[in-house]
Amino acid sequence: MTGNIAATDVEAPTVAHPVGEKRRAHLWWKYALGVVALIWALFPLVFIVSAALNPSGTLSTTDLLPKDISLSNFTELFELRPYWAWYKNTLIICGVGAFASVFIGAAAAYTFSRMRFRGRRAGLMTLLLAQMFPVMLAFVAIYLTFDFLGDALPAIGLNTQAGLILAYLGGAMGANVWLLKGYFDTVPRELDEAAKVDGAGHARIFFTMILRLVLPILATVGMLSFVGLFSEFLLASIFLKDSENQTLAVGLWSLLKADRNKYFGPFCAGAILASVPVMALYFSVQRFLVGGLTAGSVK
Amino acid sequence: MSRSPYVILKWVLIAIVLAVIVYAAGMFAANGQLLGTIVFGLIAISILAVYSTHRNIPAKYLLPGLIFFLAFQIWPAVFTGATAFTNWGDGHTLSKQESIDAITSSSVEEVSGQPRYSLRVAVKEGDDVATGEPVYILTDPDTKKVYAGTADGLTELPAADVTTGPTGRVTAVKGYTILTGREVNARSQELDSFAVPTSDGAAIKKVGISEAYEGKPAATYDPATDTITDTRPEASGQPAKVYKASDASWVNVADPNDQLPQGWKEGVGFSNFTNALTDPTLRAGFFKIVVWNFVFAVLSVASTFLLGLALALLFNDERLKGKGAMRALLVLPYALPGFVTALVWASMFNQEFGLINNMLGIDVDWLGNGTWAKVAILTTNLWLGFPYMFIVCTGALQSIPGDVKEAAAIDGASGFRTIRSIIMPLVLVAVGPLLIASFAFNFNNFGLIFLMTEGGPFENNQSAIGSTDLLITYAYRLAFTSANPNFGYAAAISIFIFMIVAVLSWVGFRQTKALEEVN
Repeated sequence: MTGNIAATDVEAPTVAHPVGEKRRAHLWWKYALGVVALIWALFPLVFIVSAALNPSGTLSTTDLLPKDISLSNFTELFELRPYWAWYKNTLIICGVGAFASVFIGAAAAYTFSRMRFRGRRAGLMTLLLAQMFPVMLAFVAIYLTFDFLGDALPAIGLNTQAGLILAYLGGAMGANVWLLKGYFDTVPRELDEAAKVDGAGHARIFFTMILRLVLPILATVGMLSFVGLFSEFLLASIFLKDSENQTLAVGLWSLLKADRNKYFGPFCAGAILASVPVMALYFSVQRFLVGGLTAGSVK
Repeated sequence: MSRSPYVILKWVLIAIVLAVIVYAAGMFAANGQLLGTIVFGLIAISILAVYSTHRNIPAKYLLPGLIFFLAFQIWPAVFTGATAFTNWGDGHTLSKQESIDAITSSSVEEVSGQPRYSLRVAVKEGDDVATGEPVYILTDPDTKKVYAGTADGLTELPAADVTTGPTGRVTAVKGYTILTGREVNARSQELDSFAVPTSDGAAIKKVGISEAYEGKPAATYDPATDTITDTRPEASGQPAKVYKASDASWVNVADPNDQLPQGWKEGVGFSNFTNALTDPTLRAGFFKIVVWNFVFAVLSVASTFLLGLALALLFNDERLKGKGAMRALLVLPYALPGFVTALVWASMFNQEFGLINNMLGIDVDWLGNGTWAKVAILTTNLWLGFPYMFIVCTGALQSIPGDVKEAAAIDGASGFRTIRSIIMPLVLVAVGPLLIASFAFNFNNFGLIFLMTEGGPFENNQSAIGSTDLLITYAYRLAFTSANPNFGYAAAISIFIFMIVAVLSWVGFRQTKALEEVN
């Protein structure tokens, strides 16, 4: 982990700022506050690691720093619950969901950024409004709809991952198109014109040129979708009833709900493993993140 | 147009997608669900219309998103609106006719004194014993005639087709496969609700694995008076019970507290909405939730933003050594999955075993006391959300040109004055839209509340409304975890959330003039 941190400085490309007068003498309080902030940010993380390594594996016996170290919580977790099935389900649901979201959003953003057509303005406004109403607000209707769909098509009904992914895709266009369009607009149209003169069609321009040029924002949106779906609980909990069908969020919640004290160690073991993909993704797109988050929203 | 391999690829993709959709439409048709068939048919036609020509290019890029948008965002919103005007929920899922059928058919009872048929369960020869349509081979105990009973009725079997064992028990029938006892047991749940109809409402049902009786429904529906009469009490000398249709349920005329479990679904007008606003107990709880919902969202955004900005300012000093590493460590909470954060903090706030009480040597019932639970939740959300604000504020600070700060310093502005009058306005312009988005997210932050407290604690014997309930956790509990799920009322609460969000966005958009900037 230490290697990662050193390699990933959050600092965005620095603008030269000349500082008026130097007051080096008064820097110590900044260090002091920085240390306080770090303690605040890190103590729960230390606690999770401590709980995961705690051999007795209960909440009541876990201190901030571990006394003994053992991996028994991990083995206990794998025996207790279908943990790797949850892991696989989560990666499939989030991976497919995020990829499809990005693709749908990018296709729509390309249209709104590059083409002029009737209903374009109205479409953009509708999507801006739709962004305010997350899909999960209508969860009752979604539940009843998929109950109905499942009667004829059990493959996409309730208690299926395919159904859950479909439900997530309802918000794909509304959620991302503005952020994406903002970035697409920064790619000079002259590039499109040049490609058109060279005989490229719209599909060729989109797939081979534009998608490459906007890769940073695609990575950012993909990461945000993936992380968002990773922790999505509402729809996942009403869709996925069978234990081996569940996601990490629903599964680990049910484990802790069964006995908060007794299963806290195995839960933390599972939580640490569950954090790996999110952290890896986060650190790999971190350098795009600041620019990406502000590019679409700030005019 | 170029004849590239991509054109072939395009048509292969179209063919695959169309095949899947047509298959789906067929499944709906086979199931008798006309609506599903029509919807999938329309999807297939629109795909063909959009992708088979070279015209209407924008539609080619918008169609996939549009289909999902209409199907799973617009339709659920419309459906939520429609459901909010019904009583759909526990005991109100059927149509009225279905509720009558369910009540009468479940009341078929053995008429005492009638002889029982001897029964073998069979399927048609060639059918699978586990899934084939069941056929009851019934031997009349008096006449010794053998019948085949299906869901359509009884037919007598020619004696020549039937082989009987020494005890008179049927052992084989030509054209049928007789199930073993174990095979019958495996299907017992299904067979318990299977009945062979005979004359005027009577039916033959099985008892155990080798006997069957002919019974009559004890409950009958009278369309003239719209009542159901249950004659079963007469057996013990009581008068028959009469149930009248009332408020979408069958209610005993003699005792209004006695009602049958099967009611039906019907429109209830605005009563789900008016109940929330006028029923004294519901209203008090509802307003409590709305107020906390706003307080939660506002405090969450304000606290995370202020802490994030303060830390961004603190670390925005190039003389600090190692600030890169410190920044990377500070944003670690953001890289932890949100559900893990909520569950771990809930455990740390545990009264008996939690880290917080242990470390501070106190004994606060964090999640069992309404006020402390709110503090705990806001603290958790602060930890969860400040790194995001730290990231965006750092970005905004670094984009402020140095000469602006320099000019302020030359004009004699103090450090605090520079922050208040120069830096804050510039940062707010940059992160303003993100603050609005953060507010909108927290307003419906189901995950955090549900994973920490499930909306609880439920104080003062108040079982319906928890101290930390947001509107969305309240609606979720109404629909899915309460003893009597009430989809109609839950949908009405969702509509309230829709309306509040709509008003807030309208105000927000007017402020930011975002709508005028569409180009």
